Amino acid sequence: MIALNAVAHNYENGHRIGFEDWQVEDGSQWLLLGASGSGKTTLLHILTGILKPLQGSVVINGTSIYDLSSKHLDQFRGRNVGIIFQRPHLIKSLTIKENLVMAQSFANLPTDLNRVQEVLASLGIADKKDDYPSELSQGQLQRVSIARAVINRPTLLIADEPTSSLDDKNAAAVLELLIDQSGINQATLIVATHDKRVKDAFTNTYELS
Amino acid sequence: MSPLKISWKSIWSKPLSSVLNIILIAFGTGILTILLLASKQISDKLENNSKDIDLVVGAKGSPLQLILSSIYYIDFPTGNIPLKEAQELARSPFVKNAVPLALGDNYNGVRIVGTDSNFVGIYKLEVKEGKFWQSDFETTIGSSVAKNQRLKIGDTFYGAHGLTGSTDVHKTQAYKVAGILTPQGNVTDNLILTNISSVWKMHDHEEEEEHDHDSKHKEKEAPEIQNKEITSLLIQYRSPMSVVMFPRMVNESTNMQAASPAQESTRLFSLIGVGVDTLQWFALLIMFIAAVSVFVNLYNSLKERSYDLAIMRTLGASRGKLFLIVIAEGIMLTLAGTIIGIALGHLALEFIGSNQESSQARLTGLILLGDEAYLFAAGLAIGIFAAIIPAVQAYRSNISKILSKN
Repeated sequence: MIALNAVAHNYENGHRIGFEDWQVEDGSQWLLLGASGSGKTTLLHILTGILKPLQGSVVINGTSIYDLSSKHLDQFRGRNVGIIFQRPHLIKSLTIKENLVMAQSFANLPTDLNRVQEVLASLGIADKKDDYPSELSQGQLQRVSIARAVINRPTLLIADEPTSSLDDKNAAAVLELLIDQSGINQATLIVATHDKRVKDAFTNTYELS
Repeated sequence: MSPLKISWKSIWSKPLSSVLNIILIAFGTGILTILLLASKQISDKLENNSKDIDLVVGAKGSPLQLILSSIYYIDFPTGNIPLKEAQELARSPFVKNAVPLALGDNYNGVRIVGTDSNFVGIYKLEVKEGKFWQSDFETTIGSSVAKNQRLKIGDTFYGAHGLTGSTDVHKTQAYKVAGILTPQGNVTDNLILTNISSVWKMHDHEEEEEHDHDSKHKEKEAPEIQNKEITSLLIQYRSPMSVVMFPRMVNESTNMQAASPAQESTRLFSLIGVGVDTLQWFALLIMFIAAVSVFVNLYNSLKERSYDLAIMRTLGASRGKLFLIVIAEGIMLTLAGTIIGIALGHLALEFIGSNQESSQARLTGLILLGDEAYLFAAGLAIGIFAAIIPAVQAYRSNISKILSKN
């Protein structure tokens, strides 16, 4: 259960933005809609504990995340929140496997190579585990970034414009993978987008004006 | 996947700039290592060889030259002094111990020193095998001589005229090895010791033999054998009073000069010191450039990596871990450079030492000094210095801003 209570944020230029309260049930799948500049990214950052709001609270599974210390918040995020960015950003100096193991160790979880294998296999890229990011195609990289987001079995899976740089076919595939993975890992899914192609797959929508 | 491994992989992902940084640091550390080892060894040798000798009396000329030839066996002697006058000085009440030296011959570059049993006392020599020289043409050789020239007890060899070179060999009479010294760690390891009359006789023979057909050569040698002469006299004082009185007496009332090893060694070292200082500044400059280069490298890569680091934060890495990752990268680079530099410095000095002609002042790279720990610490400090600003930036970075930019 994720709750957004009376959250507001002040931009550096003094512009103030308030967000409607939001209750997200465990395991539900949401679409976060809004034109660019409407505060989508800001809200995602607040939800994931990256950006402390001016006021209000974010509660994930009973933990009010901005009451945690910086270090504990980082660790909480590592264990409970998986983030997929618009562009798959992997650490270039590490192999695919090492990128995933890094995600485990940053969350202070023990290295579990079986889990790495399992996640990569479920995304159909198990044979790429010893390759470096520069050796993979854009579509494969996006799969790896999904793998990295779900490796620690997060309760909340957040994707920020995951399809906007992909063609129709790939966009549909990535969306399917996201929905599949959130189901497999029993994670709540929030997809932020202004991409009309995505709309039909979701019943729950939170719209920013 | 520990933060250290991430730093390590990051270094390997940009091998060219990492290697450049390591080379710069290794070069600076290498030069400092060589300077450290060489100046330590030189000053040790200067001290060891002259520690029990208060004064050297020899023919007039450069006092430094007299010390170099009679204490360190490096330069040519200033000339000869009459044995009679030297003996008078040796009997002076200021003098506790006097050792006559007669130089002039060598065997494959090793100096043959004619002296008496006082030499044994003043250098506290001991034999490992055999005995000290007694009768004419018997020799006791230093441990390095035995090793390098492959001489053993009972072997014979011919001396050659001069201090180096073996063109003019005294074929008439051979020296015989009677004993080998234990290693002393000073100049006596590289000497062949015999009695003075052997050196005289060697040249007497020479004169008789070569009298007819080599008169030019004879002229050059003549002063060395005329009326029994020696090269110099090493003196130990009886009391501190002698320091003031004795040198002045020698310099003013005789035709000879007195030189103090301590004074001349200090003067010599201060001359070398100028070069050492210059090189030291040069090495420090290189180290500084290396530090700046590591800094620029880390700073630039941090710009490229700010997104990487932000991603690591979203994956649960704390600010402290990012700080550690960046600073570890700097320290690994500089420490690798330092270790390689120290190793290279030792190798280079050993190489220099093995190509040195003068066996008396041979340097070696095979010793480790406690002071090298400072070099290590300096490498660490440079790593921290170069990485601290990028590391603090990584610590402070606003990940929300970085992530929303892309």
